[in-house]
Amino acid sequence: MKPVSAIIFKDIAIELRSKESLASMIMFAVLVLVVFNFAFESTGLDKSLVAPGSLWVAVSFAAILALNRSFAKETDNDCLQGLLLAPLSRGELYLAKVSSNFLFMLIAEIIILPLFVVFNALNFDFRFAEVIAIVFLGTLAIAGIGTILSTISSNTRMKEVMLPVLQIPLTLPLIIAAVESTREILMDDTGQVSSWLYILAGFTIVYLTLSYLLFEFAVED
Amino acid sequence: MKLKILAILTFVSMVFALYMIFIVAPRESTQGDAQRIFYLHVPLATFGYVGAFLLGFGSIRYLMTRDSKWDRLGHAAAEVTVAFITAQLITGSLWARPIWGPWWVWDARTTMQVVLYLIFIAYLMLREFVPEGPKRAILSAVFGLLAMIDVPINYLAIYLFRTQHPQAVISPGGGGLDADMAKALLASFVAVTLLFIYLLNRRLAIARVEEEINYLEQIVLAHE
Repeated sequence: MKPVSAIIFKDIAIELRSKESLASMIMFAVLVLVVFNFAFESTGLDKSLVAPGSLWVAVSFAAILALNRSFAKETDNDCLQGLLLAPLSRGELYLAKVSSNFLFMLIAEIIILPLFVVFNALNFDFRFAEVIAIVFLGTLAIAGIGTILSTISSNTRMKEVMLPVLQIPLTLPLIIAAVESTREILMDDTGQVSSWLYILAGFTIVYLTLSYLLFEFAVED
Repeated sequence: MKLKILAILTFVSMVFALYMIFIVAPRESTQGDAQRIFYLHVPLATFGYVGAFLLGFGSIRYLMTRDSKWDRLGHAAAEVTVAFITAQLITGSLWARPIWGPWWVWDARTTMQVVLYLIFIAYLMLREFVPEGPKRAILSAVFGLLAMIDVPINYLAIYLFRTQHPQAVISPGGGGLDADMAKALLASFVAVTLLFIYLLNRRLAIARVEEEINYLEQIVLAHE
């Protein structure tokens, strides 16, 4: 087995036994969707105006829960030493961690997305397929930048608090682009959607590349 | 000695800038005296971006050379810039109240400044929560670099977001400036630039002393 896939399978095996990340992500995201429903119910606003915001708050904050666990479990028992001794470059180690984080977020979203449609009285039609594509891209971007930021935050005191403090300001362009493109699709007004997709794709490419290059510094002893 | 000369220069230029702003510059016809905040506000805002550049530059140089002076530059630039953006947000708010009505409006520029502010504060918080030493310098340099790349992307996204929504307000500074107004703005720019350089150098000097104390403490602890 190649080292990269060995690390991904290791993460999957741990997750299958503990189910920590998936359970907390799904529960948290569902709570966000429910709270948003109450927060905006009485305003009488059109559901498709509020829904994109609730979806992306749920996705990006749930991702932070999983990312917090992702490196904490490596540092808890000094497992990071073992990972660094594995026969692969630091960049490949980064890609392996991004892949497993991305995978767990996608699995959580398989549950979150249908609930999002049901709660907001939307339909499972072609627009839903387009929203899935945007969620896929946005999740890749969050996994890409979140993996390196969680490595940084796992070195701090108050790890759990540091990650959102570092991540939310940096992912703001991503969240704006994701919310706006989702909203335009749901409202059938796709005039600007290509600009938002450029920002989304540009953000993903820039941060995956930059993090791939910088990861060796982030795990250095 | 150099710092003292710089301090005196800064003081003189600030007094001169105040004279230009309050005496020489004419009273703006529609906004009245509130417009005079603009002379201070614009230079302060500009240094948000200068600070972002210095932070990114210091971070890259640190990762390349591992010389702690670049780490100190990034740190000092971030701290001074936070002070400048704070002043800029307060002056902006004071201006917005009589002119726009509310204390705060989420237009493209204000939003961008707040995001910049949050990024700098995140950087400083990160430094606060990592034990001192090369580890802290490396981690903050990695974050500093990620943050600097974020600034143009953020700018693009916020600009696109705000311009496609109806503009609730008209931005200030549109059209040409009166000659005396331009002079006042220039004087203020000079004063604020000198202040930035002075504070940055002052902070760098403090950081050097901090590092020295830290080093001496290590030696004392090793001997005990």
